[in-house]
Amino acid sequence: MFDGTYTYYHALLGGILIGLASFLASLVTGKVPGISGVCARLLVRSTPDKPWRLVFLVGLIVGASVAFQLVAPASDYRPQSSIFISALAGLIVGFGTRIGGGCTSGHGVCGIGLGAKDSLVATITFMVFGILTVYITHHLMA
Amino acid sequence: MNRLIYIFIAGVLFGLGLAISGMTDPTRVIAFLDIAGNWDPSLMFVMGGALGTYALCMKFTRKIRCGKGMCDTVLPSAESDPVSRRLLIGSALFGVGWALAGFCPGPALANLAAFRTEALIFVPLMLLGMSIAHCLFGSDQ
Repeated sequence: MFDGTYTYYHALLGGILIGLASFLASLVTGKVPGISGVCARLLVRSTPDKPWRLVFLVGLIVGASVAFQLVAPASDYRPQSSIFISALAGLIVGFGTRIGGGCTSGHGVCGIGLGAKDSLVATITFMVFGILTVYITHHLMA
Repeated sequence: MNRLIYIFIAGVLFGLGLAISGMTDPTRVIAFLDIAGNWDPSLMFVMGGALGTYALCMKFTRKIRCGKGMCDTVLPSAESDPVSRRLLIGSALFGVGWALAGFCPGPALANLAAFRTEALIFVPLMLLGMSIAHCLFGSDQ
């Protein structure tokens, strides 16, 4: 069922795994395990709890690697960005997630999951701006 | 040490979830944001599945364990700050960057597993963007 072509079941199963992973991480660390926050804190010298953050991100890369090998549709990859746009997007995403205090996982999954209103507002904001940006890049400029 | 084993398992599950859900494919993410084009609702299922699972697990665990986590921790709670201009501007910027390449931080990292060119460029620049934000506005967020 999960080895043919991509279906919404893949989306749902993947989502449930992300939810379980976030729950397990919260359970043993007491923190909201948003990826941008986990990542950014590793860059701050005074962060006391670096080991689990690093182990979490290494695990994420290992898990993705396993899925790419074993689940056929997981290895679908159709990039759209040039080298320049990839670099620019990376810079904006890094900067924006730190100013806004979270990304799709920190605000979108965990924050909303805990019932935080500011996370809901953040998520609506980045969705709306994402939609506007794609409208510009794929319709107005196309 | 036990804690690091659990957190490694959590990381592996997260990476499996990202890849199986199709979110490591930039075109699928961009297609979700393309409501005027050939809209792909996949991301809604991913987010719904993740959010629902996280919310339910946290709710039950909080009840059963009276707010306590494992390894002497306290479960995180919804500490919603008042909505600030900073939150709005940062999230808006994130939305723009997300849509430009189709990567948010998790999938970008996951794509490092396959040494994909765009991710190999995106991730170091993302770390640079984070560092710039820390320098300009502090790292307390």
